[in-house]
Amino acid sequence: MADVYLDFKFIGEVKKPKEFISRIVTERKAGDLPTHLNAEYDKNVDAVFIEISKGRAVRPLLIVKDGKISLTNRHLEQLEKGEISWSDLIKQGIIEYLDASEEENALVAYWPEAITSEHTHLEIAPLSIVGLCTSLVPFGNHNHGVRNAQGAKNQKQALGFYAANFFTRMDMDLSLLHYPQVPIVETIMHDISNYNIHPSGQNVTVVIMTHSGYNMEDAIVVNQGSVDRGMGRSSYYRPVAAEELRYSGGLIDEICIPDKEVKGYKTEHDYRFLEDDGIVFPEAKVKEEDVIIGKTSPPRFLNAMDEYNLATSSRRESSLALKHGEQGIIDFVMVTENEEGNKLVQVRMRDLKIPEIGDKFTSRHGQKGVISLLVPEHDIPFFASGIKPDIIFNSHSLPTRMTISHIIELLGGKVGAFSGRNINSTLFEGEGEKDLREELKQYGLKDNGTETVYDPITGEEMTTRVFVGNMYYMKLRHMVSNKLHARGRGPIQLLTRQPTEGRAKEGGLRLGEMEKDTFVAHGSSLLLKERFDSDKVTVPICDKSGLIGYFDARKNKMISPVHGEDSIMTTVEISYAFKLLLDELRSMGIYPMVRTEQKF
Amino acid sequence: MDKEKLIDQYAERLPKRIIQDVKAHLPKNCDTKRLKKIMEAVVSEYEDTLAEPGESVGLVAAESIGEPSTQMTLRTFHFAGVSEMNVTMGLPRVIEVLDARKTLSTPMTEIYLKKPYSDGKDIKKISQRIKERKLKEFVKEISINIVENTVKIDLDKKKIEEYEQTHINILKLVDKAAKGFKTKQEGDTIFIDTVKEDNLNEIYKLKEKIKNLYFCGIKNITQVLPIQRGDEFLIVTAGINLKEILKLDFVDTFRTKSNDIYEMRRVFGIEAARQSIINEVTAMFESQGIDIDIRHVMLVADMMTNTGEIMGINRTGIVKDKSSVLARASFETPIKHIIQAAMSGEEDYLSSVIENVMINQPVPLGSGLPKLIANFDNQKNKR
Repeated sequence: MADVYLDFKFIGEVKKPKEFISRIVTERKAGDLPTHLNAEYDKNVDAVFIEISKGRAVRPLLIVKDGKISLTNRHLEQLEKGEISWSDLIKQGIIEYLDASEEENALVAYWPEAITSEHTHLEIAPLSIVGLCTSLVPFGNHNHGVRNAQGAKNQKQALGFYAANFFTRMDMDLSLLHYPQVPIVETIMHDISNYNIHPSGQNVTVVIMTHSGYNMEDAIVVNQGSVDRGMGRSSYYRPVAAEELRYSGGLIDEICIPDKEVKGYKTEHDYRFLEDDGIVFPEAKVKEEDVIIGKTSPPRFLNAMDEYNLATSSRRESSLALKHGEQGIIDFVMVTENEEGNKLVQVRMRDLKIPEIGDKFTSRHGQKGVISLLVPEHDIPFFASGIKPDIIFNSHSLPTRMTISHIIELLGGKVGAFSGRNINSTLFEGEGEKDLREELKQYGLKDNGTETVYDPITGEEMTTRVFVGNMYYMKLRHMVSNKLHARGRGPIQLLTRQPTEGRAKEGGLRLGEMEKDTFVAHGSSLLLKERFDSDKVTVPICDKSGLIGYFDARKNKMISPVHGEDSIMTTVEISYAFKLLLDELRSMGIYPMVRTEQKF
Repeated sequence: MDKEKLIDQYAERLPKRIIQDVKAHLPKNCDTKRLKKIMEAVVSEYEDTLAEPGESVGLVAAESIGEPSTQMTLRTFHFAGVSEMNVTMGLPRVIEVLDARKTLSTPMTEIYLKKPYSDGKDIKKISQRIKERKLKEFVKEISINIVENTVKIDLDKKKIEEYEQTHINILKLVDKAAKGFKTKQEGDTIFIDTVKEDNLNEIYKLKEKIKNLYFCGIKNITQVLPIQRGDEFLIVTAGINLKEILKLDFVDTFRTKSNDIYEMRRVFGIEAARQSIINEVTAMFESQGIDIDIRHVMLVADMMTNTGEIMGINRTGIVKDKSSVLARASFETPIKHIIQAAMSGEEDYLSSVIENVMINQPVPLGSGLPKLIANFDNQKNKR
């Protein structure tokens, strides 16, 4: 007697568990039981587990019986004609869904040829061992598994044509690739996922060689001519939104060109792009500090008299201006209301991003790299046919990563470009390297993909032939122009008087704990002190009480907080952060007494 | 003897040990001119290796040990099949030593043997003598008879003879454990009279107690493994009891050691503890193929042992002994240290590195160390 559990609850016993299971399976095939019901007999605990709960991962498999696939050519014909569909196949008991537990007792074949009498199922496609993104890696079966995963990961960051209605959308932090192309070397998954209507890359000519050391460490050298013709060009969109908030006392924000009386008024120049309604006009070329939406807010704190005196003078300026380092063109302006009925203004900015040194590109094989040099077209090495490569890819990126698929895609792309057809590169089912090589010969090319190169500067033929081909390249969303940042002087934090953090706040670059250690290890203590002078203050310290005093400019005297003018004050140079620490200790009820002594 | 004199001229500039080494290794056909050249080269080489005044040796040691440690990570090479013992290796072991943990994850002793035994004589027999054995291993059966109110212990005479432990008075041993019960021996069987106890649970507990009675061997040694290292045989044990092991007649007391630095401190003293810290740490880095200058490790070991007690590199160890409040507060649990310092009215002389970084003053190291001192009184007197 074997126990029977339904969703892990005991419901009864059966005498012949194996027959019980096979009855469940036949009834499921017949449609008497739900398709997502799965049953498993566990020999070790002598129990049958039936599951019908939600949240289990189930996957479809073709049923195999006595070494024969239940799917016949007739079914395929009918499918092609559209007479039957997926659900009919399930109803007819040709495909069934298995969950992890029922899979325990199933033997699944990857290929129809591999089927023996012991097999119970056949994989619909061997491709199904990987996910959607990974199956977009061409010739993935030639790779180390890690590289396929990395290739899939990189593709998720690629810029493309993500949605056709982008013009009416207000997406945050978005880029659109100009002139996207469908890959020459494609997989079945490109078809299934409708990649041709939302592609995210371009077919380029790639040569595998070094170029005066500029493409070392994964960097790529790009042809300036290709960039000028539109390769890797994209638009960057970013929304700016402002709403008229309501405050207690019937006060409200106002979107308008701020009056000159308003507190915190910038300069007339900053508001020059605003129209009468206080919003920028489309196609205005705005730069950092320019106001995009003019706005004034009521004063933060109202004292009793102010309530009767709500002149513009007491309102404060709260316009939305571009932050440091931002620029763009106003693309789209929308005026509407939000859920609470407040006036809401949304402005979309657009910025053209032409590939520049530091922009990140990738192929589909986890071979990402940044542009290190844009070479003028007349200085790019050229081939005997006159073709110039778009990208010069460093050969050192290949041996350690072992991305054979990268090389085969180049070969396949070349064949595709010459024959004018797409190359199938689906995992395990792609066109063979041998066939591709054979085909290449038909076009009068060397079957190993190499070509003669000429040095553009001397015009001489180079001593070796190099490997050239066509492949799909993608621009990734990390662009230097959104990241480049440095500062000499700049804003500081209110509390610690140390430089602000982050690019958006024009912050400093932190010299951290470990960097500090390197200065100490070198014994360069005065240089270390100078590095940390960013929050340096000179404070007077009372000799009697040991507390920090202040300078009274009217009396031209240092004042002690305890003894007033009756104490000797010594000025000391310390970091403001330390002064803050002493203040905080005092707030805890600890009396930190500073004793000074002559340094020299 | 000209040469000897020439070498001795350098006595002030070189340590004794180096001068001895030079004398010992000097080639016979070396003339004075060449000797002079050699000595100058030795001096410049020696001076190169010295740390300069104001060099931050501590921080350099920390960086020199810390950087390769991050590369070592938690992954460790294993010695496949060499020994059956599972030993903590790599970074976890280094952390264990430097933290001065009281309980090790794998306590071990390496027992070196005296001459005939170190060649492999009776190696199996003597290693069996070391392992701790419980009474249950020398007993055929222990049974509780409820009807007769007795616990019956059937001794395994054959095994006792095999281990040469016939001299042990087992009745006495059992008597000690079963306090308050009457015991008697009939041949190879011991009976415990349990009439006065009617709680069966207590009787069961008594039986378990007798089962785990210490019988022979050395306490705490749970596993022994004789191994061959080079030409020599030695015994590696899991578990530590150095004091008892050193009493054994076949043990080479000069080389036998444990991987527990506290045990080394108890048995051999603080210098041995210092040396074993150095040995353990360098051995661990060497086994991972990482080259660290031994002086860095020596400095760390010195810091851990210079008070005569072992202190780990953590807030309860050497950091606790720092004189500066700010330095202690900047390490871990700042509020605790600041409040305690405030309550006892501690003073901070800002004499170390981290405090001066905090208040943005030059740190007393390297170029920040030298101070200009002028004695004005002396100047006046001269005039």
